[in-house]
Order: sequence, then structure tokens, then C-alpha cells
Amino acid sequence: MTASELNDLTVLVLGAFIGYEVISRVPTILHTPLMSGSNAIHGIILAGALGILFGAHGTLEVTLGVVAVVLATINVVGGFVVTDRMLEMFKGRRGQS
Amino acid sequence: MIVAALSGRTVGVDLAYLVAAALFILGLRGLSSPRSARRGNLTAAAGMVIAIVASLVGEHPSAGVIGLALAAVLVGTLVGAISARRVRMTAMPQMVAAFNGVGGGAASTVAIVSVLATHHGGASLASVASVLSVAIGAISLAGSAIAFAKLQELMTGRPITYGGQQLVNGAVLLVVVVAMAVVAAAPTDHLVLAVLVAAALVLGVAFVLPIGGADMPVVISLLNAFTGLAVAATGFVVNSTVVIIGGTLVGASGTLLTKLMSDAMGRSLANILFAAVGSAPAGGAAVEGVPEGATVRSGTADDIGTMLAYAQKVVIVPGYGLAVAQAQHAVRDLARALEARGVEVSFGIHPVAGRMPGHMNVLLAEADIPYEQLHDLEQANEEFRTTDVVLVVGANDVVNPAARTQSSSPIYGMPILNVDEAKTVVFLKRSMRPGFAGVDNPLFYNPKSVMLFGDAKASLSALVAAVKAA
Repeated sequence: MTASELNDLTVLVLGAFIGYEVISRVPTILHTPLMSGSNAIHGIILAGALGILFGAHGTLEVTLGVVAVVLATINVVGGFVVTDRMLEMFKGRRGQS
Repeated sequence: MIVAALSGRTVGVDLAYLVAAALFILGLRGLSSPRSARRGNLTAAAGMVIAIVASLVGEHPSAGVIGLALAAVLVGTLVGAISARRVRMTAMPQMVAAFNGVGGGAASTVAIVSVLATHHGGASLASVASVLSVAIGAISLAGSAIAFAKLQELMTGRPITYGGQQLVNGAVLLVVVVAMAVVAAAPTDHLVLAVLVAAALVLGVAFVLPIGGADMPVVISLLNAFTGLAVAATGFVVNSTVVIIGGTLVGASGTLLTKLMSDAMGRSLANILFAAVGSAPAGGAAVEGVPEGATVRSGTADDIGTMLAYAQKVVIVPGYGLAVAQAQHAVRDLARALEARGVEVSFGIHPVAGRMPGHMNVLLAEADIPYEQLHDLEQANEEFRTTDVVLVVGANDVVNPAARTQSSSPIYGMPILNVDEAKTVVFLKRSMRPGFAGVDNPLFYNPKSVMLFGDAKASLSALVAAVKAA
């Protein structure tokens, strides 16, 4: 295993612990926005999809690259927009007219 | 592998990734309170923009490819934004399933292309990560599609089962695992790669088919975790730390959320995934704890409205029936009418009320009910003892005392809202049909219970009028 691969594994393990800790503080009232918000975060695959498209050779790879970019963009944009729409509705007593 | 093309990273790019990862974590942390949640989501979105822009540094695509990429991003943005703006809050579970599915599909596709671009065989960490991502991403895509279809009622929400199903599913799983091993060892074998993709898609479908509509939220949460894992695996393939971090955060949080949800249903994850609960149509089977010949007491809106108006403390327990009847605004009007008379009103919300965890809170927030009034299971259970009237609107299983007392009940062990501790329990129901789990509720026959039959929205409006007149 190379040093870079070991680095990546370290990141993976630490990321898992942080994800677990951070989420365990979220109250049940916000579980739906949490799900859709975290859903948006795995849209980071868009970075990978763009890289794949830019390095693609031949029609098949380019086509699949375009498909991946479209799907990942839907994931990112849709996820953040819908989460924002939900959270915008959560208002405290003071926030009401 | 394609790694070579992407590994020309600079310190600047890595720093940007670090900032993005920190923003993701801060964003998720912000979701721990309704006050900071919206800012949290925007923080995570800012991290996303930084990460995506940084990932473009050092790329030298041709003008044609840039055009294609821009067009693809434009199409994805339009589809994502328009569907996210248009979706009704009641349809949120299937929307999340859809966004999750496309994420899984994207991860799988990226990994497929990276395998196709590999021209020399041999197993490596990257090739192992690739096959994991191809398989898990495809399972997530196909599974989410079925979950979407069940929730959108494009197909039956009941479990679809047949003899030998577990064996068939096991066989498909075996094909997936063997194909993964072959492709990981010899990434140049494109025929086996095709088999892997096909078998993983079939497995995704096959594994969600036998799961009932009521358990779909758990499935979506699990598939969300799957997509996170697939994305993290892809991060190894494209050698990008920020992709690994983003995927892992979601993988871990999705796993935790899945566990919290199965706990809230009082069932193990294995039971939810493999027991096909809800397949037996509700029968007329005798229910323990319901005396022979027991009858239910039904009341009029006027009587119940008067009772509510002169109560000191009222807790409203909403279920999915409330959302089906689009009665969120009517229930808000009732709460306000009661508050205007000095009655203390709160909402007791079960963690699995609605069609995904926390769904009911979103629906009530949409109706402008302040979040201070939305009480979770623990808070609500402390209140029932001192509550005069509990108003159960379109909920059944989550208030069924059989979950505490009858070990033979399918919902036995599920933590419930102990509404039977209040002085009076009013059920707003369309009919005596049992709830989603097909279980009768002995509390209906309790002398302290009163039924108000009818459409939830119409009943609530009648109650508002009765309260105002009282």
C-alpha cells in the first residue's frame, strides 16, 4: 500500500467517526432535513464525475461521463434546494408574524 | 487507471478540499438545532461549491468536452432545482429516494468509466474500490427506484413475495460477489463488468420488492448510507480526499440514522429487510385485550369541541392520515383557536410518524406551527399524565398500547406515545380500518376513548367551529 493510499484510508476512518458523532446530536424533529441534506453531500461525486468526463476517451466513456455529471448535478442541486426549502419553514414563535 | 490523470494535485487544491470538508462537518453540525439548521445547509452547500471548483484546477479538457460538461451541469441543475421546488412536502420521502438513487447511479457510472479506462490488469486498492462502487452504487440506484415507485404508488406498497425468494436473492448476491472478485482481479474483463452491473441492478430491485411501504423510510435511509459508501469508494478510485470525506460522512450518518429508525420501530434491521411485514392483509382476527363484544364510543364534533375548549392541556398526535387528508392547516387552526382560549396545546410526534423519520415535523412546520410546540416521543410521554385531552389525528400504530402489552402483536416492543395515560383520548378516523401494520388497537374500545369518524380535514374544521362557539 502506498503512502497516499494509507492517507486516504486514514481519512476514511476519521470521516466515519466524525459523521457518526455529528449526526448523533441531531434531534428527531430534524431527521428529514438531515437525510436530504446529507443526501446532497454525497453529491460531491460530481467532482469525480467531472474528472472522469474530462479524461474520457471514446464515445462510450464520454457518454457515460456526461450521464454521471447529469445525475450527480441533480443530486447536488436538488438535495440542497429541497433541504433549504424544508428548513426555511421551521420557524420559532418569535419568527412568526 | 485514470488516477494518473487526476493525481496532479497542488497544495492549493488540497487546502480547498480541507476547507470544503470542514464546511461539510460544520454544516451537518448546524442541523442539530432548528435555529441554525438553514445556515448549516447553506454552509455545506458553500463547501460543495468550493470542492467542485477546486476539482477543476489542473484539468485541461478540450473545448468540446467543456461544452458537454456545461450542458450536462445545466441539465442536471434544471432537473434538480425544478423538482426540488415543485415537490409537495408530503412527497418528500420519494423525492429523497430519487435524489439518492441518482447519486448512487453517478457513483456507479464514474467507477464503471474508471474500470473501462484501465488498460492493464491486476488487483489494486483502486480496482477493489471500483468494483465496490460499481456494485453498491447500482444497488442503490435500482433499490431507490423501487422505493420511489412504492411510495409514489406507481406499484403496490405491499411486500411482493414468492416462494424461494430468499434463495433467488442469495443467488443474485453470489453472482454480484463473484463478478466483483473477477473484475477487481482483472479490470480489463469488460464482459464480466457488464454482468456485475446487471446483477447489482437486479439485486437492488429484488432486495426492496419484499419490503412493505411502511418500512420504506428505513430502506431509503439505508440506501442513503449505501450511496455514501459507493461515493467514498469512488473517492479512492479518482484519488480525491474530499470525495472520500463527503461519502464517508454520509455513509456513517446514514448508518446511524437507519439504526435510530429501526429502534424507533422496535424492530431489528434484519426483521425490517427480510420479514416482509405488512404482507398479510388486515383480517378480522380477534385481538387480545379487546373484550368480547366491546364497542367503540363515537362522539359528535360539537361535544368534542366543547370538551377541548374547556380543557387545560391538549396534546395533538398527528399521523400520516393527517397528511393524506391535507389537514395540516386545519390542525393549525384548531391549535390556534384553542390557544386563543388559553388552552395549552402541543404536538406529540412519534419518530416514525409520516413516511420518513421527522416527516411530520416538516409537514407541521409547513403549516406555520412553531417548532417549540413540536415535542418528541420522550417529551410527549412526560406530558400525557397531566393532559386532559389527546387528539389522535390519522395515527394508530404509534399510540397502540398493544406494543407494550401483547407479545404476540407484530408491533410489540415498538416505543409508542402513551396516550392512554391522558384523561380522554379522541381519535379522528375515517373508519374502523386498522393502520398500516394491519393491527387492531385495544385503546379504541377503552371507555376513556371517543371516536370522531370522517375525513380528518372536515372533522378538524368542524372542531374549530365548535371550539369557537363554545
